[in-house]
Amino acid sequence: MSNTIKQPIEPPIAGPAGKLIVWVDQRFPLMSLWNEHLAQYYAPKNFNFWYYFGSLAMLVLVMQIVTGIFLTMNYKPDAKTAFASVEYIMRDVSFGWLIRYMHSTGASMFFLVVYLHMMRGLMYGSYRKPRELLWIFGCMIYLALMAEAFFGYLLPWGQMSYWGAQVIINLFAAVPIIGEDLAIWIRGDFNIGDATLNRFFAFHVIALPLVLLGLVAAHIMALHEVGSNNPDGVEIKKDLDPKTGTPRDGIPFHPYYTVKDIVGVVVFLAIFSAIVFFAPEMGGYFLEKPNFEQADPLQTPAHIAPVWYFTPFYAMLRAVPSFMGSQFWGVAVMGAATLILFVLPWLDRGKVRSIRYRGPLYKRFLASFVVSFLILGYLGVVPTTVWGQIPHTIPVIGGVDTATIVSRILTAVYFAFFLLMPWYTKKDIPNEKPEPTRVTH
Amino acid sequence: MKTTNRSFLTALCVSLGLYSVGPALAAGGGDVHLDSANINLRDEGSLQRGAKAFITNCLNCHSAQFMRWGHLTQIGLTEDQIKANLMFNPDAKFSDYMTVSLDTKDAQAWLGKMPPDLTLVARVRGSDWLYTYLRSYYVDPASPSGWNNEVFPNVGMPHVLHDLQGSMTKAVVGEKESHGKKEPVTKLVMERKGSMTTQEYDMYVRDLVNYMTFMGEPARIKRTQIGVVVMLFLALAFFAALVVKREYWKDVK
Repeated sequence: MSNTIKQPIEPPIAGPAGKLIVWVDQRFPLMSLWNEHLAQYYAPKNFNFWYYFGSLAMLVLVMQIVTGIFLTMNYKPDAKTAFASVEYIMRDVSFGWLIRYMHSTGASMFFLVVYLHMMRGLMYGSYRKPRELLWIFGCMIYLALMAEAFFGYLLPWGQMSYWGAQVIINLFAAVPIIGEDLAIWIRGDFNIGDATLNRFFAFHVIALPLVLLGLVAAHIMALHEVGSNNPDGVEIKKDLDPKTGTPRDGIPFHPYYTVKDIVGVVVFLAIFSAIVFFAPEMGGYFLEKPNFEQADPLQTPAHIAPVWYFTPFYAMLRAVPSFMGSQFWGVAVMGAATLILFVLPWLDRGKVRSIRYRGPLYKRFLASFVVSFLILGYLGVVPTTVWGQIPHTIPVIGGVDTATIVSRILTAVYFAFFLLMPWYTKKDIPNEKPEPTRVTH
Repeated sequence: MKTTNRSFLTALCVSLGLYSVGPALAAGGGDVHLDSANINLRDEGSLQRGAKAFITNCLNCHSAQFMRWGHLTQIGLTEDQIKANLMFNPDAKFSDYMTVSLDTKDAQAWLGKMPPDLTLVARVRGSDWLYTYLRSYYVDPASPSGWNNEVFPNVGMPHVLHDLQGSMTKAVVGEKESHGKKEPVTKLVMERKGSMTTQEYDMYVRDLVNYMTFMGEPARIKRTQIGVVVMLFLALAFFAALVVKREYWKDVK
């Protein structure tokens, strides 16, 4: 291809702009990219509410990068001045408060949107063959996002920034044999300090954003290779219009889904703005109150809780008792809870993709998975004493915090969704409803 | 199937409902009843009286190191008014931060510890907490300062405003059953009157808390004003986007 001269295309629009497009297209794959990813990318026509969150996640990513660039112009990654520089942004930089609240709200909304996006995948079987790699790229984005959020949370240098990072880094210290050295290597010091802040800043503003952008590109390329799934789980590429050779149940992404996604974007921005302008702390969930106090290495806050998007895993960590004198098991369970997502495509043995045609067992397991995730999320925010203790009259578990016991049960429910999946999806097959041949509305 | 759906939705609502109480429980503030500060950030008179109260009573020991004198123009004061009535230090510049001359060493010798910076205290504790706290001091001979507080037990700071409020003591007014044990019910009663009536003092504290809330986030007044405009714009944009979407989707069957 490279040693043949590319023929000029017909100008897509009249006038000098059309000529410019022709000029560029002879030197750059402009029209083929445009067609491949937008104008001639055929998406199923039956997308519902759950299909907004992919494009919204991209929107939030762009907002985080843009607001992040402006924050970096005034933020100082120095343990002595970091906290003050954030207050400088809030008070003295023109619209600095807006930039900062957009960034802090964006962090939480990013996770909200990504969780809903993942939920969509679970409901409609979007991880199933041939979309396994698409799903894996998505899981990697989720992991990178968690790292990005963790590094970013230290930067305001508030009490919760400091002590939250302390708790998370100490998790690495629980790793057998190399743990202590590993924690020192991560911190760059024996305690969280200036060195830690500097490297977290580097990871947050350049290393992980690069990783995220690369993964998002891979995620979209994989998506456009295999095509989008849909609420019916039907493969639209199997039913092509003999005249045009395009899927009969598909419509070009542009303009149909671009105009539809704009509606979603406006609704999302309305919710986003309501938070930014009227409740930027979101009741202590998006900006934790102790974080308005400067980090003090000598004073531990009364209660340390990570931000809400980490709390389901934090609740699991706290629920696992130490075993053979090591706290490592909790860390292992927490890690396994995120890593198990990667093997999901190979655990599912069902014949149909969508929850619309699944048997009752899958529905029940998915429902209990969602509820356990939400309650674990709540239990990770509050102290373990929140629901009192099991009465001492009950053997074995008497005297243990009720919330800890509940967390243990819910952790089991969370893992049961994955580990029992080969069994219950197979058992469900006789009770599955037949998939339609064409998509329904 | 229908029952599965219903029980799932119930479980979903219950688990989401839990989230409304999380941070309050985490902050451990569930046990003390807080009075509503009922502040109004649009009331410039109240903010100005509060600023005066803050500067005369608090700024001697507590700094507000992230707050510039110049930002007081946002509550309707002019530069001349601020310089003449509020800035007692003739060397201080208008763009300076509200710092204190008390240094950490002296503070440790005289007071036991450096009084905390108050710029952001309203964001850490909340307005209602501050309002209730400043009205809950009582005489306690067992405490080193002679004072104690219902909201902040064994607080280091003495009751600075006792000349205004007067001094209260804790009196036993009854008994109640709690976990099978009898516990005394206590109440704060005025022992010696101050220069203000209870109502006047409550208003004084309300103005002070109003100012401290402003100081915690000076952009808050502007933020909500701009927010209304943004929401209206997005409401219009929503209808425009919806019309365009419907027009394009007419031919999708």
